Amino acid sequence: MTTAGTDRVITYSEAVREAIGQAMEADDRVFMLGEDIGVYGGAFGVSGDLYHRFGGDRIRDTPISELGIVGAAVGAALAGMRPIVEIQFSDFTNQAMDQIVNQAAKIHYMLGGAMSVPMVLRAPLGSGTGAAAQHSQSLEAWFAHVPGLKVVMPATAADAKGLLLSAIDDPNPVIVLEHKLLYRTSGPVPEEAVRVPLGKSAIRRRGEHLTVVATGVMVSRSLEAAEILAQDGIDISVIDPRTLTPLDDAPIHEDVSRTGRALLVQEAPGHVGFTAELSARIAESPTIYRLLAPVRRLSGLDAPIPYAPQLERASVPQVEDIVEAATKLMKES
Amino acid sequence: MSTSPGTDHDTARHALLTMWTIRRFEEAVDDLFARGLMHGTMHLSIGQEASATGACLALRTDDAITSTHRGHGHCIAKGADLTRMMAELLAKETGYCRGRGGSMHIADTATGNLGANGIVAGGIPIAAGAALAYQMRGEDRVVACFFGDGAANEGAFHEAVNLAAIWKLPVVFICENNKYGMSFSTEKSMAIENISERAAGYGIPGVTVDGNDLDAVYDAVSTAVARARAGDGPTLVENLTYRWKGHSKSDKNLYRTKEEIADWRSRDPILRFEAQIKEAGVLTDEEVQAVRTQAMEQMRDAVRQANAAPDADPSDLLDAVFARA
Ligand SMILES: Cc1ncc(C[n+]2csc(CCOP(=O)(O)OP(=O)(O)O)c2C)c(N)n1
Ligand SMILES: [Mg+2]
Repeated sequence: MTTAGTDRVITYSEAVREAIGQAMEADDRVFMLGEDIGVYGGAFGVSGDLYHRFGGDRIRDTPISELGIVGAAVGAALAGMRPIVEIQFSDFTNQAMDQIVNQAAKIHYMLGGAMSVPMVLRAPLGSGTGAAAQHSQSLEAWFAHVPGLKVVMPATAADAKGLLLSAIDDPNPVIVLEHKLLYRTSGPVPEEAVRVPLGKSAIRRRGEHLTVVATGVMVSRSLEAAEILAQDGIDISVIDPRTLTPLDDAPIHEDVSRTGRALLVQEAPGHVGFTAELSARIAESPTIYRLLAPVRRLSGLDAPIPYAPQLERASVPQVEDIVEAATKLMKES
Repeated sequence: MSTSPGTDHDTARHALLTMWTIRRFEEAVDDLFARGLMHGTMHLSIGQEASATGACLALRTDDAITSTHRGHGHCIAKGADLTRMMAELLAKETGYCRGRGGSMHIADTATGNLGANGIVAGGIPIAAGAALAYQMRGEDRVVACFFGDGAANEGAFHEAVNLAAIWKLPVVFICENNKYGMSFSTEKSMAIENISERAAGYGIPGVTVDGNDLDAVYDAVSTAVARARAGDGPTLVENLTYRWKGHSKSDKNLYRTKEEIADWRSRDPILRFEAQIKEAGVLTDEEVQAVRTQAMEQMRDAVRQANAAPDADPSDLLDAVFARA
């Protein structure tokens, strides 16, 4: 998996674009469809010059018709293509839910394995841009709750490329949720089409005292918090599950068993969220006997995302909130 | 149906003031944004003022509207308070949504504005539903539903217009066709000439008008409102217009030519109406100048008052999640 090729530093959105370009070069069945992905280059600039490289047939601009777009991808996938759908904001997957949940997710099972739906749905999620309640949600747990969907949340540029390549290879519908604030971040990414497998957690930092499990933009916030905590002598691990489904929880159990403390961080509202699943997995396993303090979750408020910048900031965990939660957890035990 | 706004002194003055107020308000927003004093994103309707203004003139105060992401004009034309709008955009506690909504979510119950919408076509079924409520209660109120050409390609449009047609709901569907849904032109997004042709598929009247001609918009919407109020059901009115500015702040205008933009700028709906009413002797030059000044002063007042208001308060972010029983 890791760095077989040459790494150079590129942005997260360049990494996504590079993955799509390489997949399209390697396989004629791969094509992309979505709103404003052509000359406009995508609402977040992700498709960029792909339209000029591959033309409007394979970088296919669509009307504003999310249900139709995703349905067309399901149909094309059934008929032997490898579509990549871009939904402009993940909030608009709501328009397409029938095709995602009732069709794509279930077809392989319902047909007893006779047909599968090898499609990828990419969409930006998360808050932090002042776009307010209908453009800022984190709905990853919804998708993870539906059997038959794989759910990916790349947190680094390298993963944005490597996980997307695996998603395109995968014979199942894969939802790839890219955090908007990550698009302009950069990191080392292999030039070659190096896959990062779905279902393998990444240990971003290994520490002695406490295990943070975080997804999306919370991974980099947790790593920042780790530096601040280190100055106070608190040494934390940061684990990034990378894929919510399939979920590789073994490294989480191992690390929490070692540190005795688990702080689970997500941007999405806490109520019935992904970290509730992580918490349950700890509670249902012998890992629970190794805990020195109760599991702690740090989540977004159980509220929509507001517009005003100071309100938006207060609605989801920030670096200082992670520092505070970790410090408190240390004091409790 | 009354006479066209351009022939009556008071109505013409009101219409002109409304259009200039929308223009000045949005120019101020554009400027605040460019100077980094406004946050988030915004969609300007500069160039489309006659559509919002002409349509809302055809409504009663107790009629309702649903609006869109490009909704400042609808909001102002229906009578909203400029200061509260500006305060919302400036993330103030005194804004229409206490800083929680921003540009895309302003609503105003006092003037029958059921809300802008961040979701393309999100307001169309809602408009049908509000009209259903009026119909069920035997009220003679009407809902005007604004949406874009792009929105007409969402499934929600189809379902809502059909419901309104079969139930003969008192709603007027007003498609503001500004030729683009973000970067995608109507020539590419649909295989018909006019969106109003779709009306035939629902068994309702459909009409296309010059959306930069205030009188034409007013006349078409008035006819549709009268029909709706009489219990004869919905109409699809298509206003052909153009947005001068990019779709939102991040638009590089790669999908349209400078010439096209310049051509439409030369068809300014406000200057056109001014010329028309001056020529007809409905308003004098001085009166027109006074309207311009008034619009500018209103906008400046709104910015000043909004700036002086307290910032939105992050201490009670959970209090509005549910309504209290
Ligand atoms: C369901 C949904 N899909 C996509 C978007 C992103 N988006 C916002 S406005 C817009 C274009 C809308 O075009 P149109 O309906 O013609 O209105 P206009 O912007 O031209 O006023 C798009 C694609 C959205 N907000 N909601
Ligand atoms: Mg449009």
